[in-house]
Amino acid sequence: MSASSGNIPRWVDVGLIPLINILMAFFVSGLIILLIGEDPIEAVGILLYGAWGTDYGIGYTLYYTTNFVFTGLAVAVAFHAGLFNIGGEGQAYIGGLGVGLMLLAFDNSLPLILIVPISIMASALFGAAWAYIPAYLQAYRGSHIVITTIMFNFIASALMVYLLVNVLIQPGQMSPQSREFAETSWLPFMHEALAWFGISITRSPLNLSIFWALICCALVWAFIWRTRWGYEIRTVGFNETAAVYAGINPKKIIILAMCVSGGLAGFVGLNEILGVHHRLLLNFQLGYGFAGIAVALMGRNHPIGIIFASLLFGTLYQGGAELSFDMPKVTREMVEVVQGLVILFSGALALMIKPTVERIYAVITAVTSGRRSAVEG
Amino acid sequence: MIAIELRGINKSFGPVHANKNVALNIERGTIHGIIGENGAGKSTLMSILYGFYQADSGDILINGEITKIHGSDEAIAAGIGMVHQHFMLVDPFTVVENVMLGAEGGALLDKGIDKTREELERLKREYGLKVPVDALAGELPVGLQQRVEILKALYRGAQILILDEPTGVLTPQETDQLFRILNALKEQGVTVILITHKLQEIMAVTDGVSVMRGGEMVAHRKTRETSKEELAELMVGRKVLLKVDKEEAQPKDAALTVENLSVISADGVARLDNVSFSVRRGEIVGVAGVSGNGQSELLAALSGIVKPSKGSISINGTTVTAEAPLDAAAFRDLGVGHVPEDRHRMGLVTAFTADESAILGYHRDETFNGPILMKRAAITEDCAQKMADFDVRPPTPGLKSANFSGGNQQKIVLAREMARKPKVLLVGQPTRGVDIGAIEYIHKNLVAMRDAGAAVLLVSVELEEIMSLSDRILVMFEGRIVGEVDAKDANERMLGLMMANANPETESAASQEPIEEERNLGAEA
Repeated sequence: MSASSGNIPRWVDVGLIPLINILMAFFVSGLIILLIGEDPIEAVGILLYGAWGTDYGIGYTLYYTTNFVFTGLAVAVAFHAGLFNIGGEGQAYIGGLGVGLMLLAFDNSLPLILIVPISIMASALFGAAWAYIPAYLQAYRGSHIVITTIMFNFIASALMVYLLVNVLIQPGQMSPQSREFAETSWLPFMHEALAWFGISITRSPLNLSIFWALICCALVWAFIWRTRWGYEIRTVGFNETAAVYAGINPKKIIILAMCVSGGLAGFVGLNEILGVHHRLLLNFQLGYGFAGIAVALMGRNHPIGIIFASLLFGTLYQGGAELSFDMPKVTREMVEVVQGLVILFSGALALMIKPTVERIYAVITAVTSGRRSAVEG
Repeated sequence: MIAIELRGINKSFGPVHANKNVALNIERGTIHGIIGENGAGKSTLMSILYGFYQADSGDILINGEITKIHGSDEAIAAGIGMVHQHFMLVDPFTVVENVMLGAEGGALLDKGIDKTREELERLKREYGLKVPVDALAGELPVGLQQRVEILKALYRGAQILILDEPTGVLTPQETDQLFRILNALKEQGVTVILITHKLQEIMAVTDGVSVMRGGEMVAHRKTRETSKEELAELMVGRKVLLKVDKEEAQPKDAALTVENLSVISADGVARLDNVSFSVRRGEIVGVAGVSGNGQSELLAALSGIVKPSKGSISINGTTVTAEAPLDAAAFRDLGVGHVPEDRHRMGLVTAFTADESAILGYHRDETFNGPILMKRAAITEDCAQKMADFDVRPPTPGLKSANFSGGNQQKIVLAREMARKPKVLLVGQPTRGVDIGAIEYIHKNLVAMRDAGAAVLLVSVELEEIMSLSDRILVMFEGRIVGEVDAKDANERMLGLMMANANPETESAASQEPIEEERNLGAEA
């Protein structure tokens, strides 16, 4: 039972096991849909068509995916240092605040070519700053990062309500929103960008942020596996004693990893504020930070895995919305149950079936190679 | 009457045969000591007796009946109680609550508490085990905490009490009190098994003693018919020395000088207590001692892993003190190489590939780094070179560190630490868990480092290793250096006695000279 990893080839570990987890989640979801008197096969069909059947659906799916990539990467970077950053929600929120403040100041005076890099920096800086405080408390005061980051989600939420209700609200408006930014400062939507090349697609919130998300995947990969800072982060994450032995200061690494993590989460603000809403508003980040935990777990904290997991969650978000529209019995809450099940099976229970798979694999290899099984050993 | 009999107990963990055909008879109402070096199999044997492990073969007889023990609850039912080296008390609970934990006697606690109070009163009368029953366990001094552990066992009806290294955390006065309690228990018919490596305690309190070495029970003696010298010899063994080919050392000036160095842990215990010595270029100084007597802290302080609390460390003219500490990276820059005692916990990162582990601590070096990215090719090539130099098998830099055998992992660590030609090389347990072939190779390389002019400090619990490699030997006990001998004059029996801090002055005629030195050093300190 206590078989360690390494008994199974990599493709089983990173490919087959997540697939089985998803199938189990879908199976249980299917049972539930059956229970409320709908056809689960049809439901899957509607879900997939809703997410991938139209260019409109694809646009939405990829727009959601963009956010999941940012928060998934954020969780993954912290995780490589052995930290569980569940404050992605708040860091994304504050990252959006950074973008918003920057645009409220400069949207009329700077060209888009400058707005974009400054927005990227502002969202990263604000997200990182929001992660820095819990990181500092963990490193130098021993406050547990899980507790502090989740508390900082609430603080971020309260802060944003305060700012939008009292400070940044558009004068003469009832709803807690800032004024709309000048149209020249908007990050182009994908349908606009493709139109420049004569390609016409239905409008959707998908915007050029998705390319930044993909660039971030490459940058995170290089950072974690190809720089000495990533090396130090992984050393601390795997073995803090060895890190101290190697002259690495784990406190500094905690700060570094959390700031990078917070910065990545902050990019949700880029997608939402600069790309879609074009104004500061409440709750644009809702749920992405937490879903990022499941994305990172499922993607095994590797950018490639995170891309696939983000696509899955994007599909569930978009397809789920279509599903609740087409099957009235499957309510919005029902769709959230399905999403919850996927998170449960591929996140929280990710390693549940691993020992079983390992044993089955051992039996199969033993049988196929004709040698005696090593299961008992 | 025999309280416990063990017949032909065998236990293996993978390739490690931790207990080989162990037989043991203990009379009821006696105190029986079990001694042996670390890794001799004492703890495994007691874990089998207490039901943590199942023996691969062999029988346990309690009061003459074959008894199967599958867990601590069955051990308790069979009348066996255990007091662990590390106490298992719930700190915010009172003594009464701790004692009745696991035997509350119902969902409501009132009855249980009353019953426990009565029982504690009785135990106090019978054995003189006095404790403040309403005090919080966490606020008691360790001696009393241990007494609570003993009470817990007795409350559950233990007739056989196992104490695992019980005096390790006690002051001498507390130790005396403990022994008085053990004697009182003995008189009431309780059988006590005392696991220790301290010969003095064996002689002071036991009736019989069994010696374990390398997983085997090598001797049983009646305490009054044996002596510390005999036990030391039995404990250390007389195996063939692994001969190391080496010339006479040509020591030059001191590369490492330690003065009045103390390391005090967070709980106020002096792990390293006013230690002074120096290591010269071109010599190997061995540090002998039973594991846990400050050697680890010594290595940690000398490599910058822990800050000194008092005193100073001088390396090639740079002085490190509590006020001006340096971290491990800075020590490396001063030319200190460090092969740590525990390669899994410290020496490498088992989840890393071999080439990543092979740069641990040197990963900021410009050889391996560009302006932003690390130079993967250079790292891999460096590792391939080290693997070739040290005959690491398989010579695959991309293989996960965990997938190498212990000996090959150790070679990777050694190769890394020796590659920069350190001026001071700290080596901890270089051959622990390493196969014979690799041991020879490692020893040869350590001597080569010495001959190349490095100052080598070798910490090992293997006396053979210390004796065959060292030019001078320091003996540590409870954080202090209790003796220094020239390797030429050392013998195992003498070192064994010094390691156990037995007082060889009155009882040993082994060698007067080093004992003089020991006294002198003690006086200086």
